[in-house]
Amino acid sequence: MDSLICYLPKKVNIYEFDWLFLTQPPKRYWEETENTDQRRPEEEQGTAVQNQNKSTVKERSLKRKNGENLEKKDPFPGEAPIPHKQLQKFQRGEKYKVPAGARRRLKEAIISSEAMSELAQKQAARYDLLLPEDAGFLEGDEDEDTNTISQDDIADAVDITSGSKYFNLHLSQFGPYRLDYGRTGRHLLVGGKKGHVACIDWQSKDLMCEMNVMETVNDVKWLHTEAMFAVAQKRWLYIYDSKGLELHCVKKFNDVLRMQFLPYHFLLATASATGFLQYLDVSVGKEIAAVCTKMGRLDVMSQNPHNAVIHLGHPNGTVSLWSPNQKEPLVKMLCHRGAVRSLTVDKTGTYMVTSGLDRKLKVYDIRAFKPLHSCFLPAGASCLSLSQGGLLSAATGDIVQVYQNVLGSSPVSKPYMAHRLRGQIWGLAYCPFEDVLGIGHGEGFTSMIVPGAGEPNFDALDTNPFRSSKQRQEWEVKALLEKVQPELIGLDPGQLSKVDQASFEQRHKEQVEALGFDPLAKDKFKPKTKKKGRSSAGAIEKRKRKVAHEDQRDEIRQTVQERTERDKEQKEKSNEKKKLGNKSTLDRFRK
Amino acid sequence: MKVKVLCRNPDDYVRETTRDIQRVPRNYDPTLHPFEVPREYTRALNATKLERVFAKPFVASLDGHRDGISCITKHAKSLSTVISGACDGEVKLWNLPRQECLRTVQAHEGFVRGICSRFCGTSFFTVGDDKTIKQWNLEAPGYGVREEPINTILGKAVFTGIDHHQRESTFVTCGQTVDIWDEQRSSPIRSFSWGVDSFSCVRYNPVETELLASCASDRSIVLYDTRESAPLRKVIMQLRSNTLCWNPMEAYYFTCANEDYNLYTYDIRHLDVPVTVHMDHVSAVLDVDYSPTGREFVSASFDKTIRIFPKDKGHSREVYHTKRMQHVICVRWSADNKYVLSGSDEMNIRLWKANASEKLGLLSTREKAAAHYNKKLIEKFQHHPQVRRIARHRHLPGDILKQKREQREMKEARRRREQNVRKHSKPGSVPLLTEKEKHVAAVVE
Repeated sequence: MDSLICYLPKKVNIYEFDWLFLTQPPKRYWEETENTDQRRPEEEQGTAVQNQNKSTVKERSLKRKNGENLEKKDPFPGEAPIPHKQLQKFQRGEKYKVPAGARRRLKEAIISSEAMSELAQKQAARYDLLLPEDAGFLEGDEDEDTNTISQDDIADAVDITSGSKYFNLHLSQFGPYRLDYGRTGRHLLVGGKKGHVACIDWQSKDLMCEMNVMETVNDVKWLHTEAMFAVAQKRWLYIYDSKGLELHCVKKFNDVLRMQFLPYHFLLATASATGFLQYLDVSVGKEIAAVCTKMGRLDVMSQNPHNAVIHLGHPNGTVSLWSPNQKEPLVKMLCHRGAVRSLTVDKTGTYMVTSGLDRKLKVYDIRAFKPLHSCFLPAGASCLSLSQGGLLSAATGDIVQVYQNVLGSSPVSKPYMAHRLRGQIWGLAYCPFEDVLGIGHGEGFTSMIVPGAGEPNFDALDTNPFRSSKQRQEWEVKALLEKVQPELIGLDPGQLSKVDQASFEQRHKEQVEALGFDPLAKDKFKPKTKKKGRSSAGAIEKRKRKVAHEDQRDEIRQTVQERTERDKEQKEKSNEKKKLGNKSTLDRFRK
Repeated sequence: MKVKVLCRNPDDYVRETTRDIQRVPRNYDPTLHPFEVPREYTRALNATKLERVFAKPFVASLDGHRDGISCITKHAKSLSTVISGACDGEVKLWNLPRQECLRTVQAHEGFVRGICSRFCGTSFFTVGDDKTIKQWNLEAPGYGVREEPINTILGKAVFTGIDHHQRESTFVTCGQTVDIWDEQRSSPIRSFSWGVDSFSCVRYNPVETELLASCASDRSIVLYDTRESAPLRKVIMQLRSNTLCWNPMEAYYFTCANEDYNLYTYDIRHLDVPVTVHMDHVSAVLDVDYSPTGREFVSASFDKTIRIFPKDKGHSREVYHTKRMQHVICVRWSADNKYVLSGSDEMNIRLWKANASEKLGLLSTREKAAAHYNKKLIEKFQHHPQVRRIARHRHLPGDILKQKREQREMKEARRRREQNVRKHSKPGSVPLLTEKEKHVAAVVE
């Protein structure tokens, strides 16, 4: 089937090609080759038997030589090629091959589903061409480091709308500030340590609500829409609506220091000073799980957006990974010599960046749980954040540094951008779908322009910054309907699509026991009855012997073949060695 | 310094006027759509649940007969017309969309045993217990004119079934023999019999139009070619088959409804083993009819249920029952593949949806797309235990459930016994027989 798909267009092209160049009907394979000779009297008779394809190519070159006018033909025959890299982007897992000895129905199912997914992949890859926006960038002139360019210069250089994205909020009274951007990137929530909470539509600079909760605020987080947010206050966790009205005071969640919201699960994960990791289902208002981590105060927290696993950093230098379904950590890894100060995970769930009190910045591959590279930052990084575009920002003292190309094997070089602020940096977050980095610090809030940080093209069915209230309502209903159950959180989010081999084997074993025979076993060979005296007892025995121990024989055949190949290789190697051995060192001077 | 910062013009993303539709720019990048599989699974689970929620298969009940329905037939040309015959000899024509009786004919004395409509859709034939074959006009007679058959043939014995040829003016009846009649003559042009027995059903093959199959009371199914003088071959089963139906798309398959609670699909090229054994009924199966697509068939049973089977699956995908429906005698699948008609003992014809959760009436494109998507999702995740549990669950009346359990126990006991016998006898002397092999007694050429 596959080969048919691949080769059919080519063949068709050959025929088209013929038809365009020759006035005679296209030559078919069943026709005699003399025909071609008649058409090409100037060619020698020796190459009478020739590949048809070759003959037509020659013909074309001949015609060109004679200076005849070429008839018009499609210069780009067939479908447009898709770059391999683009296709790779939409590849989901390995291609599934038909297992040897598969039955017809399985074979058909696999082939058809593979063909479908290939088509989907191709069409999605082709759609990339139609995406409206390109990512931002910042390039210095020669001998100019991009990290010396100030924010004011950038704001002056770009258009007014973009320039207005660099701004400072001077709030020195209730700082330092934590912050959070909504999922669509339009709404900003800031919470000062001393109780000041405000939410702002930051693009229009429209203040939605502002209040002082008259209590210490440890963290703030938007819930699934811009209508609700959670504030971790001194004792309890509170939930407010966008007008600042207190909706809930969740007393089951006390002393919360950090929060993460899992948007597809509608879970608010909180880490508390008492060492508890708790999950609140915000769609039904129930506590899903409470895990006692026994790791002391939890003030470093991040989520893996790829699989909704919560990463916690601990004072002993370990990072632990948690799901609500397990009382033990999924993984515990020692990352730093000192305490972990901050950590963040990239959106594909491949890389984790951590910083610790040992003033190191480390990048880990969290699929293999291996360190990729580490670098030493003189001041250490207190806050880390990764953007959708893969830029890493690190708060070192009162300076925010942005690094490029940290994710990958190449070590971290000098920063891409840097910006100095007044006061200790407390919160750092990239705005989704915008080239903006929000910084909460002791003197208020700063929005900084970081070209290339945001994903240029959003998917409106998932997150739409320009959605109307009607669209938001529709989206909310849909999102709630497809809320992923917390039981499905695990290290591999694609687990559900895989074959459950273990339980199949168990079931099969039980079935064999119940039936008294194996229904999937291969039938014993039963020789057919043949006519003309070929079905005598002896002949049947002979035929049976032919297929006896077939599988064993196959195995033996394979091992023998492997052995001969190995021997051959060894022989070749030894031959080469011998040749080298015969040469003397002086041979190289010989001419 | 060269710099570019993302800046979206709202005009490109927001609709121009409120009468416009919303703009929905897409980006299919997989990193923007995390949790693909769990989300899809959730959707599939929801779709499965909704399918069960909306599964309301019963459409209407057509009442008016004064005795049990003995046979139903579809009109050859019109989707909306159905003809039914009852045990008191009455034949009624029904209009399905209006759910009303168009015409009533007292056709026979005693049972109406079979009805078939002519391929042109102008007339229909009935046979009855009074040993007559009658041809009736499908057009109602004028006001004040008596209902008279166009043609009446007096036979020698009781006829039990009738079927008309697809294209020619011949028809076949069964009774003591299988007779082929020309519409113009009053005696059969050919008679087939194979031993002394009576036949309960005869059907023309809709594709290979000269091929016939009949169910005989001596537990056999006999195949005939009308161009030959003798029957082709017969297969003898363990118990009697009541009716059979040809697959309208695959000419060599037919399915028979058997007394042993099962249905069997046969390939006429290999009659020695049925292709599939369809089990689920808990009492004798009385009638079977294929869907016009040939992918599924519906069966009626003495256990007061009708079931829908995929043609190549051993178990039913759907079971319909109501409190008031008694033994179902006859069942037909409508020609538009949307409805199923069942006629039962308690004098009612019931109209069911072939797809229990399907929405009737015109669908908008988005509704259609959503339905397709949901169907595909359910198909994709059909083997997940949660999805399968919900999709498979059907409510059954208590007595059927009890019978089902009982029969399962009996079967298990029989299997265990056989296993024990095998264990204590010479190896190979008690062969392993598959379910398919158990039910065929012999094939006679």
